[in-house]
Amino acid sequence: MQNMACKVAGVHFKNPIVMASGTFGFGKEYAKLYDINRLGGISGKGLTLAPKAGNPGVRVWETPSGMLNSVGLENPGIEYFLKEETPYWETLDTARIVNLGGGCIEDYRIGAELITAHEKRLREGGRCSIDIIELNISCPNVKEGGIAYGVQTETARAVVREVRQATSLPLVVKLSPNAENIVEMAYMCEVEGADGISLINTISGMKIDTRLRKSVFHNLYAGLSGPAIKPIALRMVHQVAQHVKIPIMGMGGITTANDVIEFIMAGASVIQIGTYNFMNPRAGEQMADGILKWMEQEKIVSMDEIRGIL
Amino acid sequence: MNTVKSNVKIAKDVYLMKIEGHFEGRMGQFYMLRAWSDYPVLSRPISIYDIGVQEISFLYHVVGEGTERFKQLEAGDPIQLEGPYGNGFPVVQGKVALVGGGIGIAPLYFAAKQLQQPDIYLGFSRESYLVDEFRPFAGEVVCDVGGIIVNQIDYTRYDAVITCGPHVMMKALTERARGSGAKVYVSLEKRMACGIGACLVCSVICQGGNRKACVDGPVFAAEEVRFDAEHGV
Repeated sequence: MQNMACKVAGVHFKNPIVMASGTFGFGKEYAKLYDINRLGGISGKGLTLAPKAGNPGVRVWETPSGMLNSVGLENPGIEYFLKEETPYWETLDTARIVNLGGGCIEDYRIGAELITAHEKRLREGGRCSIDIIELNISCPNVKEGGIAYGVQTETARAVVREVRQATSLPLVVKLSPNAENIVEMAYMCEVEGADGISLINTISGMKIDTRLRKSVFHNLYAGLSGPAIKPIALRMVHQVAQHVKIPIMGMGGITTANDVIEFIMAGASVIQIGTYNFMNPRAGEQMADGILKWMEQEKIVSMDEIRGIL
Repeated sequence: MNTVKSNVKIAKDVYLMKIEGHFEGRMGQFYMLRAWSDYPVLSRPISIYDIGVQEISFLYHVVGEGTERFKQLEAGDPIQLEGPYGNGFPVVQGKVALVGGGIGIAPLYFAAKQLQQPDIYLGFSRESYLVDEFRPFAGEVVCDVGGIIVNQIDYTRYDAVITCGPHVMMKALTERARGSGAKVYVSLEKRMACGIGACLVCSVICQGGNRKACVDGPVFAAEEVRFDAEHGV
């Protein structure tokens, strides 16, 4: 009997399919299309301490096999999320990941404290709504915070350390492919007490309107995602997997069950689906079915048999 | 997966595509259409032109890679539809005017069929199309080619004005209708990724903050929309 389950940061994932932050809302939207409890997990829309209106102007542009986005972390803020969205998350039977962004270290710390205190109160009452905090130090679309913390290892260290001290919840750090040294960055996270690594976030890119002679994006650059970035993401997951012991959530351009297997062979424990949700809104359940079928065909009983075999 | 029934050129770069199957939808709603696998990456939000027995039709303007691919579809070709999405036009009481600009006439035909003989104003920059199709369902039909259609409307005659077209046209209409007593509803076209409210790509800047064109819209009360703040529409 095939078993797709695994653990990341001590949290049970019934299968390796996790929906990536920024592409899945807080889950309700896709729950209208299929049973999202079939997923291994979901990562909610990136949250900041104060609500953010996001970036003005064009927010998405397609590229060959990819898309650039410049949403700019539009979100309703942590307190709104905790009050309005976590009651729904309490009902879910899948790993629930809060994606935490910030404008400065203080924002990250207070955000982590609020989330942790909320969850502590719930758990004292025998309830639970959040399993993991995914620390976003890698959003390329916000001027303050975001990628500013995600490039230099030593700058990122201060954020990771602060948040680690602010939360007792499992902590996964989402890394940017734009990091100066992705292996060093991941290793730093492990040393600072992170329970896992998510990689990769979008790659900073650009699109110029030649008629107007300017970037189509208000912020000049935007984040590239989709199948175009998969080879880069796969390489980075493999590189990082060689040097850290904490589990990896691999992502970047995954569109098929075979892509998932590649990431797991490269060393990922679970994977995240992002842009593909837009290409196929029923990606979650179809991908879970596809993985199971592949395991049956290959007579693989557990993902542990292939994880990190390269 | 559904099947294309017909895909006919209506005017320069404008096509009417019919797709077989049983479909539901209210006036002003849209579907996410996809006739490719990997590229383009995103599906295309296209408003419902009409729904008939075992068919749905979409009127689209060829502007980019996605609609270029739609243009090449022939009867029997597969196409994928997700929807219906969006809030659609409100069911309004009293005398109604429908005002379309260019391809913005697309969602108005389905609305014209369901409202009580609305007056219809259709503005085109170069050539008109499908105007006669509207006549059986209209009180009055005014068509303008190359002019400014919103200048031809006496807004005081209407309880509600529903409009879809270029951003500048809808903005101008909203300003001209101010003080007339007519309630104005605008159907906004925005780039979308998911179409279901998850990605926040299609945010619309409104008086009370951002709203999502895909689920809070695409139809908004004009007074809500901050047209001056909206760009990249």
